[in-house]
Amino acid sequence: MGRKEDNIKKASLLIKKPEFIRNIGTAAHIDHGKTTFSDNLIAGAGMMSDELSGKQRLLDFDEQEQARGITINAANASMVHTYKGHDYLINLIDTPGHVDFGGDVTRAMRALDGAFILACAVEGVMPQTETVIRQAMKERVKPLLFINKVDRLINELQVTPEAMMEKFTKIITEFNKRVNALLPAPLNKEWQVKVENGTVAFGSAYHNWAISVPYMKKSGISFKDAFDYCAQGKQKELAKKSPLHEVLLDMAITHIQNPLDAQKVRIPVIWKGDENSELGKQMLNCDPDGDVTLMVNKIIMDPHAGEVAIGRLFSGTVTRGQTLWVSGMPNPQRVQTVAMSVGADRIPVTECCAGNIVAISGLKDAIAGSTVSTIRDMEPFEKITHYSEPVVTKAVEAKHMKDLPKLVEVLRSVAKADPSLNIEINNETGEHLLSGMGELHLEITEYRIVNEQGIEIVSSPPIVVYQESVKGHAGPFEGKSPNKHNKFYIEVEPMPQAVLDAIKAGDISTTGKIKDPKAVARQLVELGMDKEVAKGLVAFKDNNMFLDCSKGVQNLFETMELCKQAFEEAMSKGPLAGEKVAAVMVKLMDAKLHEDTIHRGPAQVIPAVRSGIYGAMCQAGRILREPVQKVFINVPQDNMGDAVREVQSRRGIIEDMGQDGPNAIVAATVPVADMFGFASAIRGATQGRALWSTENSGFVPVPNELQPNVVKEIRNRKGLNPEPYDAGYYSA
Amino acid sequence: MNARSGLVFVGLGLSGVDGMTVKALRALKDCDEIFAEFYTSTLIGTDVSELEDALGKKIKVLHRLQVEEDDEIIRQAKESRVAFITAGDTMAATTHVDLKIQAAEEGIPVEVVHGVSIFSACPTALGLQPYKFGRTVTLPFLEENYHPRSPYDNLLDNKSRGLHSMVLLDIRADEMRYMTAHQALEWLLEAEKKWKGGLLQDDTLVCVAARLGATDEMIAAGYPKDILELDLGEPLHTLVIPGNLHFMESFALVRFANAPEEIIEDE
Ligand SMILES: Nc1nc2c(ncn2[C@@H]2O[C@H](COP(=O)(O)OP(=O)(O)OP(=O)(O)O)[C@@H](O)[C@H]2O)c(=O)[nH]1
Ligand SMILES: [Mg+2]
Repeated sequence: MGRKEDNIKKASLLIKKPEFIRNIGTAAHIDHGKTTFSDNLIAGAGMMSDELSGKQRLLDFDEQEQARGITINAANASMVHTYKGHDYLINLIDTPGHVDFGGDVTRAMRALDGAFILACAVEGVMPQTETVIRQAMKERVKPLLFINKVDRLINELQVTPEAMMEKFTKIITEFNKRVNALLPAPLNKEWQVKVENGTVAFGSAYHNWAISVPYMKKSGISFKDAFDYCAQGKQKELAKKSPLHEVLLDMAITHIQNPLDAQKVRIPVIWKGDENSELGKQMLNCDPDGDVTLMVNKIIMDPHAGEVAIGRLFSGTVTRGQTLWVSGMPNPQRVQTVAMSVGADRIPVTECCAGNIVAISGLKDAIAGSTVSTIRDMEPFEKITHYSEPVVTKAVEAKHMKDLPKLVEVLRSVAKADPSLNIEINNETGEHLLSGMGELHLEITEYRIVNEQGIEIVSSPPIVVYQESVKGHAGPFEGKSPNKHNKFYIEVEPMPQAVLDAIKAGDISTTGKIKDPKAVARQLVELGMDKEVAKGLVAFKDNNMFLDCSKGVQNLFETMELCKQAFEEAMSKGPLAGEKVAAVMVKLMDAKLHEDTIHRGPAQVIPAVRSGIYGAMCQAGRILREPVQKVFINVPQDNMGDAVREVQSRRGIIEDMGQDGPNAIVAATVPVADMFGFASAIRGATQGRALWSTENSGFVPVPNELQPNVVKEIRNRKGLNPEPYDAGYYSA
Repeated sequence: MNARSGLVFVGLGLSGVDGMTVKALRALKDCDEIFAEFYTSTLIGTDVSELEDALGKKIKVLHRLQVEEDDEIIRQAKESRVAFITAGDTMAATTHVDLKIQAAEEGIPVEVVHGVSIFSACPTALGLQPYKFGRTVTLPFLEENYHPRSPYDNLLDNKSRGLHSMVLLDIRADEMRYMTAHQALEWLLEAEKKWKGGLLQDDTLVCVAARLGATDEMIAAGYPKDILELDLGEPLHTLVIPGNLHFMESFALVRFANAPEEIIEDE
């Protein structure tokens, strides 16, 4: 038996022993070396050849990942590591760093108990590093720090050992500052990383070595030694003496809690059901004999098995042939296969028990983010909300008539696998809208539709997703029904900042039906809203809110669902350019209704309320908001001017300039609308010497002087009148 | 505006070309232009072209949007004598008083020629006393997000006060959908299951008037189960849920609407 086969056998025994399991992932800013690092662990554990590790990026097995040199899909791999005479099963997830795929990181965190957060020794803590720390803390995933690319610090930047230590200290301090701010006591102190206790390690994933204080005691290799090996070009030797996988897997086993302990910390945060219930206890205790509770973090399309759901099993044991329920879906699902993942391979097992990350086929209705259980309507896990929303849209249609129905089917399954995509199917025109986190995200999605699903498509150039909002307060504005027998009086105003922040932080959930309106109303009051107003909460749509502030209007209750529908419609298509509305509070102040139901049905009420909302928005002052990105450029001093010019020619605002050794660092904010084609432009402008990354940074108002033209452009594109209507139109 | 400006609202009555009054016929003959609205109610037993032949004039039938959102009628009425016709009475079950107000505000002379309305024909046909009716309700076809409860509540309220209720049924002429008495009964039986107010029981008497005014008009009274088994023919149908019956009303229902004899003994 080869070492790989031997390991697979060991692994299949270990899946039943949660105390010997560790679920851990990588997370970092783009290009800081996560996949190279993961390969090291896999190779070290005997799942691939040592020679290739650091060079092959086994987990980037996707053709597009290989071609572009970046990770697109979070990938799972399990491996076995022996520590102090015991075998341990390490379930690893390698996550992508590119912002466009950030949703995958958020979802992967749900399956994990610990994370290796990597920071490049040269670049240090970058914005995306902060983001992944935030994601990990939110899910109560314990962080370990690995400072990577130390070889570059020594060989390229030729720093002194002292300067190197200084750099490390700075990275660790910044890292701990974030951990401290994001966690409640006492975790905020307990989870800080320290060199002395071995929760920090340093090394080079590319050259397969790492050092940590505990391992130094074993290997006798000190910081100074490591520095010298590196400086003398003897990294191969160093890798033999202090191999990365040994150092880091030891670290994971010592410092990451096993699922039995980790779930006691995590379940109260990720599941809001009753902890003292039978089910609550089963999950807290990671009970293999309990009901199955699983959260799907990823759906992959397997050419043979079809859709495979990958998720974390929090209690129970999954077996082939078992019947499971996907929360919110009516049909029972039959488990067809159960498997563990090893790189690109999935190894079938007969059953898998609580505490593991498992791959299951047969869960047809599951999407990434679904709760799955043997209990039909189990209280689902907390929704996984990604902090950033789609900013770019493309219209796609089938190139050939015959593919029309197939394309719809494919788009649906693509949407299931990738909740970060927003897909609007239009069966009438056959032109579907695909919105994603960035140009690359859409490019990859298109590639998959064409190459993996075999459907040729025609797509429009990318278009920015705008938002509409209001400047101030206005109303009550009277919206009349077409038959003139019903009137609705509407006020609008910007959403209070505190409420917006609470929605963004996930403290207020705006999706689905409001389960306990009174509790949410209390929350709103705590955030500073008037009690009488908050009490009228009817619905949320994205980060907009609809409140009924009317008093004693007869029969209003039976048209409230229609009012709500009108609100939702108005919020998904604003009055200015038909873009989504954001951050608006809509209040129904009064209504006058016809006595007879027939004269106040949907055809009357919906247009009336919509006109009321649109009219009030006109009076409040309509603003268009556009997405912006933070852009970070690392470029030799000589080319700095070129980089700055390139940014400024794109309406970019330079936020900060700094120095990193011989290089200049430029941080800027640039509208997404002007970022298209930036990759090749900056390469051209700096002779390819610039390293850069971006991060989506929310929406800001389009400058006043540009707004009318942008509005006109959007309206033309949508086949609307070039000029938006005014308040007078909506009061007619 | 000129000497012939004017808008006359003409109710055509319930059925056929000959359901309108002589006054209505004269008014229409004297018009320059005729607009019709048949989406809130339809004229049974005839069609537009027959009406056009009888009047010797073209009729422009308007859709809902044209009435609700266009001002064509008002514009025309400023220049010439315009008639606006509907089935029944123009200001009763159909609610066009807004148009009348608008025209008056524009200084257009307005006039109304009454037509026979379901509001009088239905009690008349069944022999129920109009004095004893409570609020009229309409049952709408249920739609997504629109399952109103007020019709049920209003019917219950009438009943608790011993009053009769006339139940008008949804007309969607543009979709060719007309609620039948059977559908209406099912609507109410469902509502009863949900809200359990005791409006409809196995022994609750209900009355139906079908195609009133037409040569094949039909009335019936009985218990829900019996009515559901009756063939009531084509729409339009109207339902009545009687309250406390005066002995004369009971006699009439038994004699003309085939109500069970026991309702007389019960009194
Ligand atoms: N010199 C040096 N280069 C490294 C080291 N680790 C990774 N790299 C290089 O950095 C680049 C990015 O490495 P990846 O492992 O793909 O980085 P990643 O974090 O997985 O990237 P994404 O998943 O796309 O965010 C590759 O060219 C690696 O060869 C290191 O320790 N030293
Ligand atoms: Mg990677």
